[in-house]
Amino acid sequence: MAGTDLPLRVVLAKLGLDGHDRGIKVVARILRDAGMEVIYLGLRQTTDSIVAAAEQEDADAIGLSMHNAGHMTLGPNMVKALRDAELEIPVIIGGIVPDDDVQPLLDAGIAAVLGPGASAEEVAQTVRDAVSAAV
Amino acid sequence: MDDATGAPRHLPDPDDPQYQAWREAYEAAKLRAVPWETMSGVPVEPIYGDGPYPGQYPYTRGVYPSMYRSRLWTMRMFAGFGTAEDTNARFHDLLRAGGTGLSTAFDMPTLMGRDSDSPWSTGEVGRAGVAVDTMADMEDLYAGIDLGGVSTSMTVSGPAAIVLAMYIGVAEKNGVERSKLAGTIQTDIFKEYQAQKEYIYPPRPSVRVITDMIRFTSAEMPRWHPISISGYHIREAGSTAAQELAFTLANGFAYVEAAMAAGVDVDDFAGRLSFFFNSHSDFFEEIGKFRAARRIWARWMKERYGAKAERSLLCRFHTQTAGVSLTAQQPEINIARVAIQALAGALGGTQSLHTDSYDEALALPTDDAARIALRTQQIVAHETGAGSVIDPLGGAPYVEWMTDEMERQAEAVFAHLDDLGNGSILEGVYAGIENGYFVGEIADAAYRFEREVNSGRRIVVGVNEFTDGDDGDQEILRIDQAVEDYQLKRLEDTKNRRDGEAVASALAAVTAAAEDPTVNVMPPILEAVKAYATLEEVVKAMEQVFGTYVEKAII
Repeated sequence: MAGTDLPLRVVLAKLGLDGHDRGIKVVARILRDAGMEVIYLGLRQTTDSIVAAAEQEDADAIGLSMHNAGHMTLGPNMVKALRDAELEIPVIIGGIVPDDDVQPLLDAGIAAVLGPGASAEEVAQTVRDAVSAAV
Repeated sequence: MDDATGAPRHLPDPDDPQYQAWREAYEAAKLRAVPWETMSGVPVEPIYGDGPYPGQYPYTRGVYPSMYRSRLWTMRMFAGFGTAEDTNARFHDLLRAGGTGLSTAFDMPTLMGRDSDSPWSTGEVGRAGVAVDTMADMEDLYAGIDLGGVSTSMTVSGPAAIVLAMYIGVAEKNGVERSKLAGTIQTDIFKEYQAQKEYIYPPRPSVRVITDMIRFTSAEMPRWHPISISGYHIREAGSTAAQELAFTLANGFAYVEAAMAAGVDVDDFAGRLSFFFNSHSDFFEEIGKFRAARRIWARWMKERYGAKAERSLLCRFHTQTAGVSLTAQQPEINIARVAIQALAGALGGTQSLHTDSYDEALALPTDDAARIALRTQQIVAHETGAGSVIDPLGGAPYVEWMTDEMERQAEAVFAHLDDLGNGSILEGVYAGIENGYFVGEIADAAYRFEREVNSGRRIVVGVNEFTDGDDGDQEILRIDQAVEDYQLKRLEDTKNRRDGEAVASALAAVTAAAEDPTVNVMPPILEAVKAYATLEEVVKAMEQVFGTYVEKAII
């Protein structure tokens, strides 16, 4: 957990049918290079499978990658599933999210949104900040 | 200048028999009625430099003798969003605006063989393409379009056999015979395991369905291209240009081996295989890649697979500009990227071209952005002179060297796959999917690129340099949630109207065909979709036999 010497544990997943996995694989390597432990669940995950993995892996943060314009439905669904499971784990969305959608996603409980072109430093720092803010 | 005569050099040698043969073929071709001169009135020849000339083996300089002098590339704009009616309206707009072929994008549930009412589809119906659940949706999608008079491209691979059956069903319902249908369906399942990840069944049963489709279209649909072997998505997933070239052509060889193993004569189908490449921003590398693709395909088809018909040797391809090169930062500057990539496609000798819209790093294109994209390639076609001279960069030392280098790198990959498959590229491709070779190579290349951009070693304008500019409020296309609700209602209505018993027995016939490898699955699929069985019902009828594919999660 944050504040200790243990590395942050981040669960990354593609939620739903979207198969665009270039971005999430790059993010996985960026976070790993930044000293975090990355658990990549792969494609075609459900909110249930992500909740189960996050619980089992004692995740500090969850990263979802979305390129199919489904974020306004799936993002809030993910937050709800975590709340239902009484897990307080920040969810970060990366991918193609129009500017106008960012605030509604934050209002719905998403911790942060990373757009295309975010640098490696921004990606890692966003995860660290989201974890700090959640503690 | 030529020292002796003072005349400009670089014209072909008129005594060269290769040139004379080309000239004869060129003279026989019907040409467009435009002046063959520059903007300043300088008359230009159709070809410069040395042979082999266009239309001559190994076709490095072009697949046809007269290329764009006879016919410009097809300006095929990809469209699909929301309901079938929405996409149909976009099709009519594009045809009116001078588009000459239709290209259909399907939504993610459709690509994955899921119906709109599947729990998996929540939030994704009609978002990234059009939703198709039953043949009724296909009827709306192509309403008012003479399917005997257009060529249609459908970008779908996992459930391609079912979507093709729906298209045939719609045409026949409108009185157009299947033999009159012209177009292409993507069907390329190998690149799904390697890059795009929209697969349903494991590789071997998928290839069995594809060989059934090849057999069916070979026998009954002479104008149909049953497979478009696609490097586009491999490149978008992060590969290099040479990997895109190598993996794509290797996949092509694998399909050829599969069809030949199923007893189809190579010349009965190879002429209707077509390719789909990416056109990225490194201009000369792209042109070298396109030229190398033609040469490699011709050599392998002739020397390794013993193709005799000339058409079997021709690597004809569609090109799309690189979606992945588009930036969300200062999106208007993407218009410049698209123009350069489109020009590379034209100078590389593409048969058709889709130009991306500048707003696609943000969302699906708006009508305005799609119009600008079409206009961009019309400028390339009509204002730059790119359509006047065939392979105008052929003979340039850098371009010839790059062509050779692309070929060299691709041959190294083929040797590796041949080795993996013990002398079979098909088995090599299966093995490379199984052991993570393709996904690993692509992910490594993608990460290398990101690190270069991140370190500033590679400049991406507007992203890590020249970042002053208004990212502004960009108008984007939004798909209303109402689309999903509408589609669910439409699916329910269709299910209520159909004959349930007819559907059940048609689906049972599909399963029975899947169980028997000697039976072609296409005819029972066609019967099932005509009875308005849904896409997912047909998928599941075969899934019972074939199982599903789950990818190992490799970073």
